[in-house]
Amino acid sequence: MASWGEASESRLIGKRIPRLSGRDKVTGKAKYTFDINRPGMLYGRILRSEIAHANVVGIDLSEAEALPGVKAVIPIIEVGKKIRYQGQEIAAVAAETDDIAKDAIRLIRVDLEELPYVVTEADAMAEGAPQIRDDWEGNQSEPGVREAGDLEGGFAQAAVEVEATYHAPVQTHVCLETHGHVAEWEDDQNLTVWASTQAVFGTRNDLAGTFDLPANQVRVITEHMGGGFGSKFGPGVEGRTAANLARMTGRGVKLMLTRKAEHLVAGNRPSMTQHVRAGATSDGRLIAYDMKGYGTGGISSGAGFQAPYVYHVPNLRTEKMNVAVNVGNQRAMRAPGHPQGAFAMDSLMDELAEKLGMNPLEFRRINDPSEVRQAQYTLGAQEIGWHRRNSVPGSGTGVKKRGMGVGSGLWGGGGGPGTQARVTINSDGSVEAVTGTQDLGTGVRTAIAIIAAEELGLNPTDISVKVGDSEPGLPSGGSGGSQTMASVAPVIKTAAAAAKQKLFERIAPQLEAPVEDLRVGNHTIYVVSDRTKTIKWELATGQLGMESISEGGQWDEELRQGGAAGTQFAEVEVDTETGELSVIKIVAVQDCGLAINRLTTESQINGGVIMGLGQAILEERFMDAQTGRMLNANLEDYKVPGTFEIPEIKSIVFDTHRKVTGVGEPPCIPTPGAIANAVYNAIGVRVRELPITPDRILNALAEQKA
Amino acid sequence: MEKFSYVNASSLEQVTALLSDSGWGEVMLIAGGTDLLAELKEYVETPKTLVNLKTLPGMDGIEADASGLKIGALTTVADIAKHPTIQHHYTVLAQAAVSVATPQIRNVGTLGGNLCQRPRCWYYRDETTDCLKKGGDICYAVDGLSKYHAILGGDPVYIVHPSDLAPALIALGASVTIVGPEGEKTMSLEEFFTLPAANPYRENVLQPNEIVISVQVPPAQPNTKSFYLKAREKGAPDFALASVAGVFEMDGKTCKSASVVLGGVAPAPWRSKEAEAALTGKMINEMVSKQAGSDAVKDAQPLNDNAYKVTLTQNLVSRAAMMAAS
Repeated sequence: MASWGEASESRLIGKRIPRLSGRDKVTGKAKYTFDINRPGMLYGRILRSEIAHANVVGIDLSEAEALPGVKAVIPIIEVGKKIRYQGQEIAAVAAETDDIAKDAIRLIRVDLEELPYVVTEADAMAEGAPQIRDDWEGNQSEPGVREAGDLEGGFAQAAVEVEATYHAPVQTHVCLETHGHVAEWEDDQNLTVWASTQAVFGTRNDLAGTFDLPANQVRVITEHMGGGFGSKFGPGVEGRTAANLARMTGRGVKLMLTRKAEHLVAGNRPSMTQHVRAGATSDGRLIAYDMKGYGTGGISSGAGFQAPYVYHVPNLRTEKMNVAVNVGNQRAMRAPGHPQGAFAMDSLMDELAEKLGMNPLEFRRINDPSEVRQAQYTLGAQEIGWHRRNSVPGSGTGVKKRGMGVGSGLWGGGGGPGTQARVTINSDGSVEAVTGTQDLGTGVRTAIAIIAAEELGLNPTDISVKVGDSEPGLPSGGSGGSQTMASVAPVIKTAAAAAKQKLFERIAPQLEAPVEDLRVGNHTIYVVSDRTKTIKWELATGQLGMESISEGGQWDEELRQGGAAGTQFAEVEVDTETGELSVIKIVAVQDCGLAINRLTTESQINGGVIMGLGQAILEERFMDAQTGRMLNANLEDYKVPGTFEIPEIKSIVFDTHRKVTGVGEPPCIPTPGAIANAVYNAIGVRVRELPITPDRILNALAEQKA
Repeated sequence: MEKFSYVNASSLEQVTALLSDSGWGEVMLIAGGTDLLAELKEYVETPKTLVNLKTLPGMDGIEADASGLKIGALTTVADIAKHPTIQHHYTVLAQAAVSVATPQIRNVGTLGGNLCQRPRCWYYRDETTDCLKKGGDICYAVDGLSKYHAILGGDPVYIVHPSDLAPALIALGASVTIVGPEGEKTMSLEEFFTLPAANPYRENVLQPNEIVISVQVPPAQPNTKSFYLKAREKGAPDFALASVAGVFEMDGKTCKSASVVLGGVAPAPWRSKEAEAALTGKMINEMVSKQAGSDAVKDAQPLNDNAYKVTLTQNLVSRAAMMAAS
C-alpha cells in the first residue's frame, strides 16, 4: 500500500522549505502574464457598458478604426442584444500602444436604449420591481427547501431561542494581477497564450473549441500567476477577445483587465442575508433551526451559502433563494458559500450560548461532531488565552475594549484523478518533474520538487520543475476546491518512485544486489544490506547515456484524504469612541493532513486569514441604485487589508494524519465569525452585518445606548 | 487620459499668464500630481495644458524662526512631517502630515496640492456621473450612498474636504499667499476655503488664474498643546472619516484659548467656534469636553448613511480636549 512513510523517515516532506520561485519573485525576475512582451505586440482594450441594463441599438466602430495606430476593432455584443450589467463587453480594439487603445475605445459610438434596472437586492425584491430575467418570475429564484427532523418538535424542546438576521455583502476577489492574456498566433493553426489562469488545460481546451483547433495546437503558459481565488478558470470574454484580435492582426496582443473591470466583471463572492430562528435545550444542545435566506450572484444565480454549518442540528428547515440584479456575475471565491455561512452560524451559536448562560466554547463542544475540531478548540483556546476573555461581554473598562471570539470551518480538499506527470532522470544526473498544473502562488512548484527530491535522495533545488505549460501534453485539472496538492502530489510521488525503480534496475547488477535492496539518499545509491556498496548519483545516471529515464505516475487514493476541519480564535480591540476596530491576534488551527512543505502551508493559512480579515472588517461592494453603477470599483474605497490591519497571526498546522489534504480555501472560513464574536465580547453589542466597520460599530453602540 | 501639452514653468508671471488664457480646467497646474493624475486617468479633468510647477525656483522649503513658519507651496508633505521645529512646536501639523496617505505619496505630494486637492466623492470621481459639482443637476449623495459624505455645511453639495493639512494649519491660525495677474495677496487660510452654498463647483476662493505660493503660520505660543486626531477605516492609505485639529493654550487644566477645526465632515475644513466657546476659559474635565463635543455637532445634518459621523466627531472633539488637559 502506498504511503508517505513515517514523519521520522522524511528528510524533506513536512519540513520548512523556502519556495523555489521566491528569489525570482522578490527580485522581479519572475515573469507574470502582465510582464510578457512579445516582439511587435499590440495592446488590447475592451469598451464596457456604463449602463446596467439596455438594448444595444447601434455600434459604430468607424472613428476608432480611423485612429492612427489602431490595428483592429471588433464588436463583442451584437446589435439587438441586451446589456445586463455595468462593465459588460461591447467592443474591443488592438492598437500599437496601450494609450492608443485607450483612446480608441472612447471613439466607439454606442447607441443604447436604456432599460429599467435594479442593482440592489432590496430593489430587486421590491413590489413592482422591473423584471430583469426572462426565465424567472420576478427577480427571485424558486426557493430551495431542505427539511430534517421535526422542526416544531425541536422548538418545543428548546429552553432558549434566538431570532436574528445576518448579512454579508458582495465581496470581490481583488486578484493583485488582474485577469488577462497575451495571445500570439504562429500561423493560422497554432496559438500560444500566456494566461493569468487557474486552469492551464481548461483555458487551452476553451480556446481550442472557440477557434475550432485540435487541442494540441493551442499552447497555454502560466509561469507565474498573481492570484485567482476561484475567478480564473477559463479565458473568459477577454481571453477569447485577445486571441481573436491576435488572429485578425497577425500580431501578439496583450489584453489585461483594468482594476475597475476586475471588480465589475471578473467575479465576486455573492451576498448573503439570512433570517434565522434557532433553539437550544437547557443542557446546551442545538435542537431546532429555521432559516430563510437569500443572496445575489448578480444577473446569474449561484448565491448559495452554508446554513446551518459545522454544528449538528437534528431538526431544521432552510429556504434559500437567489436574487437577480443587474450586476456582474459571481464566480467561485475561496471556499464558496462557507465564510459568510460560518459568520452567521458562529454568531448565532454565541447568541444562543449567551442565552443559555454558557461559555460559547463549551456550547460548541457539545454540538460539534468533529473530533478534530474538539482537539483544536483546546489548542486554540490555550494559544489565545481564552481564560482572559470577558466572561461578561462588554465588561472591560476604558475607551478601548478588548474581546475574544471563536469560529469554525470545514472543507474537502481531497483531490481527484486526471493529473498526468512525468519525472525524468537524465544521464547528467539532472531531474525534471513536469506536469500541467499551475502554481497560483500556493507553492505547488516547490512541493513537487520536495516530493521528487525526497523520493530520489536529492535536494529540492536539484529538481527542475516545469508547471504552468500545456505543451508537454501532461494535463492536470484547474486549481480550485483546494484540490491541487491532493491531486498532484500522489502522481509526482509515484512517477518519481517509478523513475527511481528504473534507475535501480539499471544499477543493481553493477552493485551486485537485488533491486529491492537498493536505496538512495544524499546523492548516493547504496545497498541496504551492505552499506559498503555505493555509487554516486551522477555516476549512476551517467550510465544512462542517451536513454533518459522518464516515467509517469498514478493518482493513488491512498496518498490523499479529503476533509479539513479548522478553528480560529480572534482577539480584537474596539475604540468605543471612534468605532475603530483593531484585530490584535488570530490563532488559526488548521487541519491539513500531511503538510508537504510546512512553510508554504503556514503561508496558505496566513493568506486565508488575511482574506477572511478583509471580509470581516473592510470589504464591501457598494452599488448605487440611482446610477446602476458600482461606486467603489477601485482600491481606494474598496478596502483590502494592509500592513496596519494585519494582526499577529499564529498559524498552527494541525497535521493529524499523513495523507495529503488541500488547504488553500479553509483558512479564510472561520475568520469573520471569530472576529464578529470577539467584537461582541469586547463591546457587548452585536454587529450582525459584515464588514464590521466604524460606522456599524458606532451605530450598534448608539442603539444599545438608546 | 486625454492628450495635453506640458510646460515647465520658469516664473510665476509665466504661470499666471498661462492660466489667464482660459477658464477652469483648460490649463492646469501639476506639482506632485498625486491627485491630478488620478483625475486625468479617470477623465474627470481633461486639460489641454499642464504646467509643471516643480521647475519654479524658491517655491519649496520651510523657514522656521521667531516670526513663525513659512512653508513654500512645493514643500512635500514628507518634509513637513519630519521637520523638527514642526514636530516640537506645531505638533498638530506634523501629526496631520504623517497621517496623509502613504510614504510614497507624502514624498511627492506637496503642501499646495494638498490644500487644493479635489474631493474624493465617489460620484464626483466617476467620469460618467454628471453630478452637481461637475455642473449637473443633483448631488447624488443626497439620495444615494453617503457613508463618506458631509454632515455639516453640505447643502447643496455634500462632498467632504479631504485635506489633513488644512484643518491643522487653520487651527494654527495660518495664512496663505496667493499670486495672480495683479500680484500677491495674503489671506487667512480659513477664509481661503469656501462652502458649496457660495460656489458648488470649487472648494476655495482661487480664481482660474491664481496660484497658492506659500503658507505662513504665526509663532507657536508657549503652554500650547496641539493634536491631530484622525479616524479612518484603514491605517493607511485612507482619508479621514472625521478628524479634529485642536490647538489649546493651557494654564494647568484651564483652557485659555482653543482652536478646533474639523476635517472629513464638511465641504471645507470646518472651524468649530461652538467647541472653542465651550472650552475657552474653562477648566477642562469630562463634562466640559463632552459639552464641547456635542456643541461641535449641534448643527450637523446627516444624510442616510453618515449619522455615525456625528457621534464620531463629537467623540473626537471631546478626546482632543481631554488630551489637552492631561
